[in-house]
Amino acid sequence: MPKRTKLGVSAVKHLAWLTRIDLTDKEAKEISKQLTKILNYFSKIDEVDTSGVEPLYHPLEIGKVSRSDEPTPFPADEILKIVPSRKGRYVKAPRIA
Amino acid sequence: MTNIDLRSAKRLVEAIRLGEVSIVDVVEASLNKIKELDKDINAFITINSKKALAAAESLDTKLKRGEKVGALCGLPIAVKDVISTAGLETTCGSKILKGYIPPYDATVVAKLKEAGAVIVGKTNTDEFAMGSTTEFSAFGPTRNPVDKSRVAGGSSGGSGAAVAAGMVPLSLGSDTGGSIRCPAAFCGVVGLKPTYGSVSRYGLISYANSLEQIGPFAANVDDCALLFQCISGWDPMDSTSYRNPPKVESSKICRRVAVPKEFFGEGVEDAVARSVWRGIEALKDGGYVVEEVSLSTLDYALPAYYIIAMAEASSNLARFDGLRYGLSLKSGYRDWNTYFSKCRAKGFGPEVKRRILLGTYVLSAGYYGAYYLKAQKIRNILKTQFQQLFTKYGLIAGPTMPTTPFKIGEKIEDPLLMYMIDINTVPPNLTGHPAISVPVHKEGELPVGLQIIAPYFCEERLFQAAKIVEESLRRQ
Amino acid sequence: MDAKEDLDVKIGLEVHCHLTSLKTKLFCRCPADYYNKEPNTNICPVCMGLPGSLPVLNEQAVKHALAIALALGSRVSQKMVFYRKNYFYPDLPKNFQISQYDKVGGLPLATGGQIRLKDKVVRIRRIQLEEDPAKIVYEGSISTSPYALVDYNRSGVALVEIVTEPDLTTPKQARQFLQKLRAILEHLGVCNCDLEAALRCDANISVRGGYRVEIKNIGSFKDVEKALSFEVTRQKMLGAKRGMETRHWDDVRGVTISLRVKEEEQDYRYFPEADLPPYIITEDLIAETLAAMPELPDARRDRFIKQYNLPHQAAEILTSHKSLADLFEKSIEKYRSPLRIANWLISDILGYLNRKDLDPSTLKIAPEDIAALARAVDEGLINEQTGRNLLLKAATTGKRIEQKIFAEVSKIGDEATIKALVDRVFKENEKAVKDALKNEKAINYLIGLVMKASGGKTDPHITRSVIVAKLKQLS
Ligand SMILES: [Zn+2]
Repeated sequence: MPKRTKLGVSAVKHLAWLTRIDLTDKEAKEISKQLTKILNYFSKIDEVDTSGVEPLYHPLEIGKVSRSDEPTPFPADEILKIVPSRKGRYVKAPRIA
Repeated sequence: MTNIDLRSAKRLVEAIRLGEVSIVDVVEASLNKIKELDKDINAFITINSKKALAAAESLDTKLKRGEKVGALCGLPIAVKDVISTAGLETTCGSKILKGYIPPYDATVVAKLKEAGAVIVGKTNTDEFAMGSTTEFSAFGPTRNPVDKSRVAGGSSGGSGAAVAAGMVPLSLGSDTGGSIRCPAAFCGVVGLKPTYGSVSRYGLISYANSLEQIGPFAANVDDCALLFQCISGWDPMDSTSYRNPPKVESSKICRRVAVPKEFFGEGVEDAVARSVWRGIEALKDGGYVVEEVSLSTLDYALPAYYIIAMAEASSNLARFDGLRYGLSLKSGYRDWNTYFSKCRAKGFGPEVKRRILLGTYVLSAGYYGAYYLKAQKIRNILKTQFQQLFTKYGLIAGPTMPTTPFKIGEKIEDPLLMYMIDINTVPPNLTGHPAISVPVHKEGELPVGLQIIAPYFCEERLFQAAKIVEESLRRQ
Repeated sequence: MDAKEDLDVKIGLEVHCHLTSLKTKLFCRCPADYYNKEPNTNICPVCMGLPGSLPVLNEQAVKHALAIALALGSRVSQKMVFYRKNYFYPDLPKNFQISQYDKVGGLPLATGGQIRLKDKVVRIRRIQLEEDPAKIVYEGSISTSPYALVDYNRSGVALVEIVTEPDLTTPKQARQFLQKLRAILEHLGVCNCDLEAALRCDANISVRGGYRVEIKNIGSFKDVEKALSFEVTRQKMLGAKRGMETRHWDDVRGVTISLRVKEEEQDYRYFPEADLPPYIITEDLIAETLAAMPELPDARRDRFIKQYNLPHQAAEILTSHKSLADLFEKSIEKYRSPLRIANWLISDILGYLNRKDLDPSTLKIAPEDIAALARAVDEGLINEQTGRNLLLKAATTGKRIEQKIFAEVSKIGDEATIKALVDRVFKENEKAVKDALKNEKAINYLIGLVMKASGGKTDPHITRSVIVAKLKQLS
């Protein structure tokens, strides 16, 4: 039988911290309910016997893909242009906690 | 020129080449049609009028001079807003990328320009392509041109609707779990998810990178094939693109069609099933042999798909943190943890948040094996079963969508119910096989799509079969 | 800390080495050289993590990493797989790092292997290829700056991570290990280890079977020894915290500081990078890399012993610094006095470098000067001490000294010294000798040559009589 999993509010908040999404208590509560329901549906996969089966991470096998070590510079200013906050040529970021 | 029919790319190219219409005429007709219809349909997030007309003019000049203009010869085209266009805002239907102007073209966009296509705008999508109705767009839902109270399907709803409404002859979408085939079926047009690796993903803003492909929409099969030809091919910028796709030999089994009974499971509406069977009958009439089969793992494809897609999404969308591009918050955040968290909370919509959170969960220590790893194993079983089936059959067929397009808002409150409608479209994304959705005879007003799946790199076989279905509709 | 094995201490190292010989970054075609560049000049959609960009593997990076693995005798995987290491940090443009992993199905480039120290074999656990994050700089001090500034020039540069088993038992051994590793990397020509941050090291250490403590941010080899010595003493006195603690090395204060890392931050959610297909490492590639493998420090040491009759210890020291060993071989090519030159390089030059905390590769001394000095001493023109003084002068000023040697030489009246000079002049000027044998007047020319070889310092009378005597012998 598929297991029943509950993703409680504190678990949701922990996930939100891991992936840096600020959630209000109300949001976390609502999401906890939704995700619990989805997770229980996911448990359906427990019914499949996968013993001895390798995981398939890449749908098609492609051997060996690489490129030569020859530089092709990109116009860097085109990228700097879209950076929201800058100091000179540096990208400005909030300080480390 | 006002009465230009934008529903056939092939005819338009002929007319342009013969000098019956100019490219500016055609592009103007498209822009006018968009202006006229799009306030009700909302297929577009960004309209590219000025640059499109300028491009059209320069193409006309080229034509006049007798210079070479590519196979798409000035055709107006719409591009899903998850595909990067240099100098043209690319939002992914998200607030977090509002105002983001990519400094580079996706490879497919470069190929479109090379082929002489004119990009008239960027089309609406569920935020980061996460959805099946285009209701999860930060820029409002796309309405189905057939019945504007209904959804257009998703996530490439804008691209499907734009073709269905006759605003453009061609458009590009992306398909991660059905995002091209669903709107194709719901809007009554042709849509193809190519073999994984046959179209470059460079510049496609990733949702689930091991599952998705860019693919064409068109009003008919020939146009769909034409656009596919223009965008496919090896790209050194995408390590998962195929350099030398294996040559496919035609044999007797090419015309043998397997119809898994699982494709007609409990969620499939009777009327949809009847329409789809009429499409399959048309194949029989066209000389195909049809056999019903069973593919037990299909029942597990949907949860496996969502687990993998969410896991990949949680990582792919980590880069949106408000530092280098897109949404940024005014200062006042003393440390970056808080800044990232506030930025992402503000920029992402509810469905994206759900998928990122759940994707983080299925990858985290202690749950990896039970969810992510298990799902990838099921994916392997499914691929093996498909490959086995393809030793006896040349094609697999069934309904693209289990239902006809439903009312806007009908399923939006229940994420799981929404996921369920992808039940038939996700398997080819898991296995990488190409799949097409082609309209079949409908019982009421609402379109129904037949999905046909082929072995790797057998898109041509899909077009042949889809054409037979298409012709059977014309005869009726 | 003495070199005696401390069986209570277990130290493992995690070394990150930039592949500085590469022209481009690991996954994009940006130039890889980020030293002394204007910030954010070597950037592109890939290494800035722009949406839609995709990584493509630098083939040369694989070859360089493979050379390291083979040099360390590691087992090379038949195929290697890249994994995503997920964590948020402002220096990480995608907020995940493309790396490799040896658990949950991951296949790093290589596993196993070893480095032999004098009295110790240190086992290698794994060798993997990964991308470097960007560089964060602060205006003023790290603790007071209101914001961080990010320079992405370094983002995506190829790194090889070498992880050892916890086989080291003293801080000094750790340093010796790094020295040896460095020599190997330099001989392979894959890493210019002098460049700032080209070689970085984290260490983990447990004392008396206690909990493992990780020390991060160790900048130099000396600091590795210092930081580990500090930790050994600290842990012996205070013990280690439960669970795995991470501490930062503060090189200014010379102490390690505990980082209160939230436990949940450790969940990196490793999973395969689907944008990069598994990379098959063919037998051909391995054979090709082996064939192109240059002489490594151990082999070079053994050759030095055999070819130049150097004592083991001297050969070992010379070959553990590639630039020193190179300088040695270039010098004795000019004048073959291996023992004297080896001795000078080890005790004088290396001693000087150590006092100044400089690296041998920074030396500007010319092999010609070393050769000339050695010859001058051998010929008795100057004494050993003068030779060493001049050598140090050349090392510290970086100026050529070959011509200055004679300034140090006082009048040479010693017959033995003059004989040695005359022998050399005769050997190098066979025609002039023949002329002198025929024509007595030509003797003056020979005298002139000897005077020149001594910078005019030889006594002309003694010189004439030595030459005449020698000519007599020959005739
Ligand atoms: Zn780059």
